Amino acid sequence: MTEETFRGEPLRLALLSLSALCVLAFAVAVATAIGDYDIPLRTVFLSITNKLGLSSAPLSRIEESVVWNLRLSRALVAALCGAGLAICGAILQSLLRNPLAEPFVLGVSAGASTGAVAVIILGIGAGMVSLSLGAFVGAFAAFGFVALLSSGTTTGPSHTILAGVAASQLFNALTAYIVTTSGNAQQARDVMFWLLGSFGGVRWPEFQLLLVVVVACLLVCILYARTLDAFTFGDEEAASLGISVAKVRLVLFGVTALMTATIVSMVGTIGFVGLVVPHAARFLVGPTHLKLLPACALVGAVFMVLADIASRVAVPQQTLPIGVVTALVGVPFFALLLYRARPQS
Amino acid sequence: MSVVAENLVWGMGKKTIVDGVSLEVVEGETVGLIGPNGSGKSSLIRLLAGLRRPRRGRVVIGGRDVSQISRRVLARQVALVQQNASTEMNVSVLDVVRLGRTPHRSALSGWSAADEAAVATALARVGMESRKHQSWPTLSGGERQRVHIARALAQQPAILFLDEPTNHLDIEHQIAILRMIRDLKLTSLVALHDLNHAAMFCDRIVVMQDGGVVAAGPAETVLTEGMLKAVFRVEGRVGRSPYHQRPHIDFLVD
Ligand SMILES: Nc1ncnc2c1ncn2[C@@H]1O[C@H](COP(=O)(O)OP(=O)(O)OP(=O)(O)O)[C@@H](O)[C@H]1O
Ligand SMILES: [Mg+2]
Repeated sequence: MTEETFRGEPLRLALLSLSALCVLAFAVAVATAIGDYDIPLRTVFLSITNKLGLSSAPLSRIEESVVWNLRLSRALVAALCGAGLAICGAILQSLLRNPLAEPFVLGVSAGASTGAVAVIILGIGAGMVSLSLGAFVGAFAAFGFVALLSSGTTTGPSHTILAGVAASQLFNALTAYIVTTSGNAQQARDVMFWLLGSFGGVRWPEFQLLLVVVVACLLVCILYARTLDAFTFGDEEAASLGISVAKVRLVLFGVTALMTATIVSMVGTIGFVGLVVPHAARFLVGPTHLKLLPACALVGAVFMVLADIASRVAVPQQTLPIGVVTALVGVPFFALLLYRARPQS
Repeated sequence: MSVVAENLVWGMGKKTIVDGVSLEVVEGETVGLIGPNGSGKSSLIRLLAGLRRPRRGRVVIGGRDVSQISRRVLARQVALVQQNASTEMNVSVLDVVRLGRTPHRSALSGWSAADEAAVATALARVGMESRKHQSWPTLSGGERQRVHIARALAQQPAILFLDEPTNHLDIEHQIAILRMIRDLKLTSLVALHDLNHAAMFCDRIVVMQDGGVVAAGPAETVLTEGMLKAVFRVEGRVGRSPYHQRPHIDFLVD
């Protein structure tokens, strides 16, 4: 960056972040207002300030409770999931040097959901291991599977993706198998939840755990932002720039798996956010990770809250699985990327 | 800083690709590495730069075994320009050259005046300062090569390894880059295919064949008609250029 652009740059970035935060706040407010019955934005605002002790407006107890206990936590969880999945996508795309990489495409989400389902339904390690741990083990198993299948070659872009497709198929089949053979009727219906995701039923405890995990992981990733830049020309180039490639991969794949597993154990698998958002963010702030990662977090959060709103209003009286909405946006985008990533004649 | 290779052996599976190479590049010297396709030049350079671990033998840089030096410390002393490094990312020329500062910066340290100066000098050296905002995918092959060289220079290394740095360059830039490498006060090892360029710009020449070094020394002693025939399978006559007094090869074809 030259000096002149350097001086203008922070201002532009500050404005961009500020406007993204405003959009996010507004989206969360709208997501909180919309539902089985709509609550005016004013009431939403006052309920929140009441709860925070900033105001004491007389409001209906029910509305206040709906806003605080049901909808606000859900909207904030959606925001954190969007942020987390987008960061995972950005990291995987850089480390694998593949514009199509993300936890869902690589089968990591599928692995996490298999792990979670195995814990719930088969009761593996009952009482001793939590749902999240199961998801975490599943996520790593999928990572290992993809790494194994795509190793040996000089990891051409298509190879990793093909391995990911195989992993997704395998783990989704395992999930469906476990649920249909061992679950009861209700659990069999819930298989949709694991395969397509849902924000139904998330409350403040989920938010708190997710907040800690996503913020901590984002901080770790930001510490590695420069390192990720050094992967622009591949592993060998990164090594010749002084990066301990194996260690960085281990840390960042670990962080990605942790975030994916935490998110999937709460809301199931949600595809394509990790794919679409990093590309949009790169378009906004460029490929430098110190800017890209926070941008991914913000754009991902806004995207997911909007997707959640769409999932609730698209079909009257029904909530679409969130993965359906993200896929409807993500798949055309994926196709566009595939088209652009084709080898030049 | 000098580079010493002691009896390096490296291979993949059962195949031995670098077979008992010993060589020395003394401080400030520019050494040309020549040899037919597949003779192991790139593999040797990767070993010397510490990117691969040799099966046997060792590489000593500045008196220390490379395997004992941390990656980061090594990257402040050794820079490498690979044969075909490319990316799909929409990075700018400046972004790429700035990567050269990676080993000199900590995770969150700001961009210092020293960083800025190193990048500006490197860009000027390869004549790309007016193109610094252009994006990588829009650069021509030769421009990409020059940007990679600038990135390596921005590392401010004591030792520079270049694998066919004149690939894709037009003749003006081939000569400009080779002259720059010769005139830099760096220890450098350059893999080249143009033997006349090697003769013109290198203090010494190392010849590789089938993973081993078959000749090493000044151009005058290395570039012989016998060597051309044995190693490169071409007929040539070696004379002395009346213009620069260096050996010059005329290739004979029928
Ligand atoms: N990772 C690898 N796995 C298998 N074979 C390899 C590997 N790397 C290099 N080789 C083989 O080793 C030999 C030497 O390769 P290298 O790239 O070092 O040659 P080179 O002298 O640089 O050739 P060129 O002039 O074409 O660049 C080649 O036959 C190549 O096919
Ligand atoms: Mg080579």
